[in-house]
Amino acid sequence: MPNLKDLKNRIGSVRNTRKITKAMQMVAAAKLRRAQEAAMAGRPYAERMNAVIAGLASAASGSDSAPRLLAGTGAERVHLLVVMTAERGLCGGFNTTIVRLARARANELLAQGKVVKILTVGKKGREQMRRDLGEHFVGHVDLSDVKRVGYANAHQIARDVLGRYDAGEFDVATIFFNRFQSVISQIPTAQQIIPARPVGEAVSALYDYEPSEEAILADLLPRGVATQIFTALLENGASEQGARMSAMDNATRNAGDMINRLTIQYNRSRQAAITKELIEIISGAEAL
Amino acid sequence: MANTLQFDLVSPERKLASVQATEVQIPGTDGDMSAMEGHAPTITTMRPGILKVVAAQGTQAFVVTGGFAEITASGVTVLAERAIPVEDLSGHILDELVEEARGLLAIAPVEQKDAVEKTLADLLALRNHAAH
Repeated sequence: MPNLKDLKNRIGSVRNTRKITKAMQMVAAAKLRRAQEAAMAGRPYAERMNAVIAGLASAASGSDSAPRLLAGTGAERVHLLVVMTAERGLCGGFNTTIVRLARARANELLAQGKVVKILTVGKKGREQMRRDLGEHFVGHVDLSDVKRVGYANAHQIARDVLGRYDAGEFDVATIFFNRFQSVISQIPTAQQIIPARPVGEAVSALYDYEPSEEAILADLLPRGVATQIFTALLENGASEQGARMSAMDNATRNAGDMINRLTIQYNRSRQAAITKELIEIISGAEAL
Repeated sequence: MANTLQFDLVSPERKLASVQATEVQIPGTDGDMSAMEGHAPTITTMRPGILKVVAAQGTQAFVVTGGFAEITASGVTVLAERAIPVEDLSGHILDELVEEARGLLAIAPVEQKDAVEKTLADLLALRNHAAH
């Protein structure tokens, strides 16, 4: 039976932990709102971009002159997996779910005899995958100094990826991120970005294109890649805060339960000590 | 009062402007164009330049660094990676953009060199224009 002083210390420390998790939850809630707003604000651009690309792509995909970003390299041997995770932990299963999905995909590809290359964004995913997939790492993007993810960050990642593609380092690129559904549910998602798979509805109206359709498509596809990465980063940001918020909410509640349990134990031990002392006094007096 | 069209300027991060405009002047890659109500549906890419919106409330101008514009009979949607209202523009920002384009030129593969050089030239022209 732990003595009273130990129990008291224990209660104090759990109380401190609860204070911290509570604070983290509130910070996450505030950040979540901002992240959601950013994701909302970025939506019109991504939607228009995807719609226009889809319209152009459906027209161009049949022709032989389709750009390489759309048609692919003709091979499917080398896969680049861009794994986007958080820079920080304490956000429940957020990082683990992405890593699990990416790892399953990597193992599947390896089993098929393909070459897998991994580009990590965010250090948590890198740490988790280093042990079993470390030899496939080809690069890392560190966003720990970035306070607010901007398009510039996505642009940088896209430039890196496109540079590797132009250099013939891979045939297919897929990004892994968590799609924000709600505070309690984030869906780990794999999305192929190269060769481009047009998403969303195609623009149906007949447009004049200036310059030619091919030139526009060639100009837009790299932007489309950057846009998809940016959308993924925003979704990820919102998901991370959502996951952290619910994880910290649970932690706060658990800490509360623990405090209650410990307090009861503390009170019981104290009462037991008092009773014991009384018995000792009374039996001592009776013995006289 | 002339007929108006819906003008939207969106960057990846947010919607920068959404107004009823009478005329939108777009720095297209193949040449400037003005879009007014009833324009034929067109999609054009943009070169770095000045985008001008004429509306009932007044004229707004933005410096854009590229992107594309989608024109329909009833509206213009401009998707620009970077758009800066002319009032906020300083030589400093333009210098940064020029530097960035120069950096890009140094690493651009051969087949893209022309395009990047053109972008750089457009930016320089824009800077000289802004200086006066």
